[in-house]
Amino acid sequence: MKQGIFTLEQARQLTGDVWELRLSGDAAAIAAPGQFVNVELPGRFLRRPISVCDWTETGLILLVKEAGEGTKELVRLPAGTELDVLSGLGNGFDFSAAQEPAVLVGGGIGIAPLYGLAKRMLAAGREVKAVLGFRSKEDAFYLEEFAALGLEVRAASEDGSLGTRGFVTDVLKELPSCAYVLACGPTPMLRAVCALPQLSGGQFSFEARMACGFGACVGCTIETKQGLRRVCKDGPVFRKEDILWQTSL
Amino acid sequence: MADLSVTLAGVRLKNPVIPASGTFGYGREFAEAYDLDILGSFSWKGTTRDPRPGNPQPRIAEVPSGMLNAVGLQNPGMEAVLREELPYIAGIFHGPVIANVCGFSLEEYAENCRALEDTEQVKILEVNISCPNVHAGGKNFGSDPQSAAAVTRAVRAATRKPVFMKLSPNVTDIAEIARACADEGADGLCLINTLLGMRIDLNTKRPLLANRTGGLSGPAVFPVALRMVWDVYEAVPKLPIIGCGGVSSAEDAAEMMLAGASAVEVGAANLRDPWACKTIIENLPAVCRRLGVEKLSDLTGGAHHG
Repeated sequence: MKQGIFTLEQARQLTGDVWELRLSGDAAAIAAPGQFVNVELPGRFLRRPISVCDWTETGLILLVKEAGEGTKELVRLPAGTELDVLSGLGNGFDFSAAQEPAVLVGGGIGIAPLYGLAKRMLAAGREVKAVLGFRSKEDAFYLEEFAALGLEVRAASEDGSLGTRGFVTDVLKELPSCAYVLACGPTPMLRAVCALPQLSGGQFSFEARMACGFGACVGCTIETKQGLRRVCKDGPVFRKEDILWQTSL
Repeated sequence: MADLSVTLAGVRLKNPVIPASGTFGYGREFAEAYDLDILGSFSWKGTTRDPRPGNPQPRIAEVPSGMLNAVGLQNPGMEAVLREELPYIAGIFHGPVIANVCGFSLEEYAENCRALEDTEQVKILEVNISCPNVHAGGKNFGSDPQSAAAVTRAVRAATRKPVFMKLSPNVTDIAEIARACADEGADGLCLINTLLGMRIDLNTKRPLLANRTGGLSGPAVFPVALRMVWDVYEAVPKLPIIGCGGVSSAEDAAEMMLAGASAVEVGAANLRDPWACKTIIENLPAVCRRLGVEKLSDLTGGAHHG
């Protein structure tokens, strides 16, 4: 965990409610894709935990969905705004543990950490493809950015306006050789992906309402097969074999 | 150089800043951020006899100038704390530790206090009487003077360590509860615990917290806590008070002390800024200069005189 001041360089609207924020600042504390930052907002008591989409040593990209008043304010801050950020939080994806061919499975704003993950897996010479789900073509974002990394990207949309009509699970059923997923998205999606019989293993990134984001308040505790675990400090990425879907979520 | 030290029932603290129970765990997370030996003390997470998983999600909600929590006393239980946390604490903090103990019956309170009797580093027991009494229909022990007195009596008989009763603000007259604790031999008081509150999610039209209600903390409660410290200091001027509730700066700490506190606990501020206690301690000498005191402890109760 590292505290630092980041400058908002650019906010770009991607869809009706999703924005890309580019921040400059010391991002050296970020060690793995799937980790998150906790951003202090002017006039708000609690920080906002946001997963890191991509980063370099001197800056980071966040994809932010307007979920409430705080995130609405965040995406509309003027360029040049300085933000107090706790970075390097949580345990991200460990792609060295992934079996090949691994599939990155994302739904909605959950695709954000998968971008940085794909980039690093490809750089490491790993075979990887992505299955990204959205409500409709209008709600889709970052498809070009993913494709530009040079991996196979398949999309699904609930209304059929983009890619396969249906959910990411419908695409995965067409890829029966894919037995290992690295997934982030809404809980019902994670649950459905995890239940696919073709799956031998996987890593799933969870969301939770947090106060501190670094393990102190235990506000985001869930029950796992390893006992009680904090989404912020022990997660947000958990392994398939440790997740208790019935009780924890 | 100002003297920042304070004394709580004979226990000397190098400064009055104490991270509040429930916002600091057993110290592990903060030890990664800074050297805990700068702290006056710290109050560990409320510990019950048996392990408790706490409440279902979600447990956290934001409010203007503060937050609600409904963690529900999640803790690993006294035995695990003695076996795993206390030896770890000995390696990361070398000052006096305040042990926050909870219970759901008088017997459990006494048992938890007895379990800590031989621990060298625990110098003060902070008895949280906001737990529901399972033998009396779930009403909180801290919600009436008779129950508060009964817990004080039970723990007083169970330990030789100083006992500080941690009072709930969700009462008609906190001074009456304070007097009841004082009459039964409490060595000090800590106030306030969180204020009961709630939020409703307009998208679902249901309470935002799974527990429906939660405890309000943060700067929003500071003036309420300050007023209650003021009232309790007037009611029982002989007992040391740990002022707790929304303290976020060295200036807040000074206000608490002027209202009657001998030391302060810093709670929700730690969750927003992990270095909050460090910053407050670093700013205390400047506050002493501004207020013209050489000994910080001279502030205690100062607003009541003259």
